[in-house]
Amino acid sequence: MPTRIDAAGEPIAFTFDGVRVEARAGDSLAAALLAAGIDTTRRSAVSGMARGPYCMMGTCFECLVVVDGVPNRQACMVEAADGLVVTTQDGAVDAFAHEDGGREMLA
Amino acid sequence: MSAYDVVVIGAGPAGMAAAVEARGAGLSVLVLDEAGAPGGQIWRGVEAAGPSRRGVLGGDFAKGADLAAAFRASGADYRPRATVWNISPEKVVDYSAGGGSRQAAAGAVIVATGAVERPVPMAGWLLPGVTTAGASQILLKTSGIVEPDTVFVGSGPLLWLVASQMVAAGVPPKAIVETVPHGRLMAAAKHLPGALKNAAALAKGVRMMWAVKAAGVPVHTGVTDVAIAGATHAEAVTFKGADGAMRIETRHVALHMGVVPNPQITRLLVCDHVFDTAQRAFVPVLDADRMTSRAGVYVAGDGGGILGAAAAVLTGRLAAMGAAEAAGRPVDEGARGAVRAALAKDAAVRPLLETLYAPAEAALAPADDVVVCRCEEVTAGAIRHAARLGAAGPNQVKSYLRAGMGPCQGRVCGMVVAELIAAARGVTPGDVGYYRIRPPLKPLPLSELAELGEAEPVAAQ
Amino acid sequence: MTDTIVVGGGLVGAAVAYGLARAGDTVTVLDEGDVAFRASRGNFGLVWVQSKGDGRPEYTRWTRRSADLWPEFTAELRDLTGIETHYSKPGGLHFALSEEEMDARKSLIHRMHNVHGAAEYGAEILDGDEVRKLVPGLGPDVVGGTYCKHDGHASPLYLLRALHEGILAHGGRIVGDARATEVAPDGAGFRAETAAGTFRGDRLVLAAGLGNRALGPGVGLTVPVAPQKGQILVTERAAMAFEMPTHVVRQTSEGTFMIGDSHEDVGFNLTSTTPTMAAIAARAVKMFPFLKDLRIVRSWGALRVMAPDGYPIYEESRDHPGAFTVNCHSGVTLAAAHALALAPMLAAGRLGAELDVFNAGRFDADAH
Repeated sequence: MPTRIDAAGEPIAFTFDGVRVEARAGDSLAAALLAAGIDTTRRSAVSGMARGPYCMMGTCFECLVVVDGVPNRQACMVEAADGLVVTTQDGAVDAFAHEDGGREMLA
Repeated sequence: MSAYDVVVIGAGPAGMAAAVEARGAGLSVLVLDEAGAPGGQIWRGVEAAGPSRRGVLGGDFAKGADLAAAFRASGADYRPRATVWNISPEKVVDYSAGGGSRQAAAGAVIVATGAVERPVPMAGWLLPGVTTAGASQILLKTSGIVEPDTVFVGSGPLLWLVASQMVAAGVPPKAIVETVPHGRLMAAAKHLPGALKNAAALAKGVRMMWAVKAAGVPVHTGVTDVAIAGATHAEAVTFKGADGAMRIETRHVALHMGVVPNPQITRLLVCDHVFDTAQRAFVPVLDADRMTSRAGVYVAGDGGGILGAAAAVLTGRLAAMGAAEAAGRPVDEGARGAVRAALAKDAAVRPLLETLYAPAEAALAPADDVVVCRCEEVTAGAIRHAARLGAAGPNQVKSYLRAGMGPCQGRVCGMVVAELIAAARGVTPGDVGYYRIRPPLKPLPLSELAELGEAEPVAAQ
Repeated sequence: MTDTIVVGGGLVGAAVAYGLARAGDTVTVLDEGDVAFRASRGNFGLVWVQSKGDGRPEYTRWTRRSADLWPEFTAELRDLTGIETHYSKPGGLHFALSEEEMDARKSLIHRMHNVHGAAEYGAEILDGDEVRKLVPGLGPDVVGGTYCKHDGHASPLYLLRALHEGILAHGGRIVGDARATEVAPDGAGFRAETAAGTFRGDRLVLAAGLGNRALGPGVGLTVPVAPQKGQILVTERAAMAFEMPTHVVRQTSEGTFMIGDSHEDVGFNLTSTTPTMAAIAARAVKMFPFLKDLRIVRSWGALRVMAPDGYPIYEESRDHPGAFTVNCHSGVTLAAAHALALAPMLAAGRLGAELDVFNAGRFDADAH
């Protein structure tokens, strides 16, 4: 497991797929997840294969997650904050997610 | 739309130095940076890092705090968490910040967007648990996080730097698997006399390697046939070494094969580029003032060719002096001469490093079944087939296969795709070219773009 | 066996070359380098019948013929190359955002029906409610639209790759990095000078898009085509939700949304410009509010190959029989006709009478 070499940063916490993740202020979401031993953050929109943080600098778009309902956010570019609700980016986004009944209307 | 004499993109060593210099010359300066604090990648988190973390990261890291302080005090209009997504040929810069997009008209643009790690496609590199070596270092710098199970794979100074910093933190990595081919040291040795002009850099390199080995970290050198094993997560690194086939169990692999200029903005602006065979990368063509083939667009730092952080500060100053001169401000020729001399001295170590750490051929020629475009999952074999079908370059491969069409917009696969086509056609990457880069430079919500739109609709068919 | 040189490896040249190779010609396609004005790469991917040929009924018939050939064409390519063009024909919609736009659509459809008959042309005028039944989630500004059951869409990029693979499968060859700089009669046949050397053939087909204008005179052809720029935005992948193509938005087989519909006369300039991108985005959000949160991943500009009247130019050189030129801005829609109807005419050495009207001589007549 990863370790932290110093105690910098106030303790904060958010959830990932419903599980509480302890983090420090100043962590990116990706850093906090990796520190907690979580390194699968999305499933490929092409094949469904599991992927996780790769570059940690906003280049590769591998660490995509859903943050407070907003899909395809780069976990390495979003600062962790108390109370965020983060979930796995499971493949392609749903364009109708915020449309009341839009999906049902299509069915 | 606001207007500035200079818009600097990036707040790393080059961007900060450029901003400070341009402010000193009396220019109005806007600095746009994606990160939340200045420092770029090399000095990432430098303002926030406490004494103990700075101690682990070393003296060169701590130097960044002084420049960051000077930058904060420079009077430049600094916008953190701002993502530039388009620059017009007329130098109007579009950027997204705080959920909305804004535009800034620039007299000059200084591109200081640095380098990205060269992709190292190999079997298993898509698996969770596999990152770049740079990613390991970012975790250390920004959060003080280290993973003792890490196996570093590849070559280059950064790989040794991160490993030595982990040693200094008291958490050495599990192993180093170095792909530098046998014989490289001899080839590099001829550059040693020249490199001694920057003896400090050489000495630092030797100290890093010594520290890692002294800490008892297993170092496997001259290895070939590296692959990462695992089904849904990295489980082991396998390779051929001095003692035959080897397997190291690990769930954390950090890849590195050097860094290459981040090409997105200079390609967006269709600046001239050449393929630098020593750096094995495309670099924008720059004049002595660091200006590109597009008037008023300058490149500071590693985006203009890999020279490292110390040189980035110097090239940042040169670019700002050039922009100031073009804006009709007087430039101190003595100071400019001193910067050029310091740059020449600093660069003396590059031929040795470039020869020693030139990427292993296997990294440029992955097996047919290895995925090269991570976003769209396009294999090396498919790209080779496309080249045989008649694809002259990366843009035709993109059309055929969707390579480079995913959210990373070709940032990760671009170099490898060019190398694969060049090899298949028996020419150089310089002959086949690179992806045409188009806006937005980063994915941008449709609503944010729409808000910039005029009320009247585009003429319908 | 006839040796035929096709200048141009885009959708038009590749469809013709595929059809020629399929008909037994020995085909050499001369393609440009990696960076060129490739209209094929910027194609929106519609197989579109509605509104095509207002005032030129022959063009409506030719377009409809291609749309009718598409199912057979895509199946043949799939069987031969294994590549799926993702062609589907759910019909297509054209929206109107104001009563003025709606009235213009209505008069257009009435004119077309008067010429072709409603049953043959097959477009319907829909009010706002009817349009919303077909495409849920449309914005309040959409007042109505027109629907045509013959419309469909396909991936222009997979189509191009399938055609290239198909040319090779039928024994043809594609020479890359071979931009033609000159074509000329050569003995009983023709030659093309290119960056990759000189190529000779019994017949010559100029399908070089905007390049035809400069090349044509070498074999006695006047080809008055000019560029018209279009810009397109494309989003990240989204779950499949939207089967029916429209004239401004379609969801591709990968799940990305393509958003287009700009027409600019700006010469040879491919730059994606923020004001046009923003205007396209604003119009798209008005029509399709549910797209607003999707991220744009790419944009691009491409140059349509436009004749002065917007219709294709198909012509054989009067002075140098055996030299042909093929020009249009609907490379996907007309691909099936080009491969399965036009190419057999070219292989036989003579354009059919139904294409007489597309001779470039029509522009001389206009001048008098």
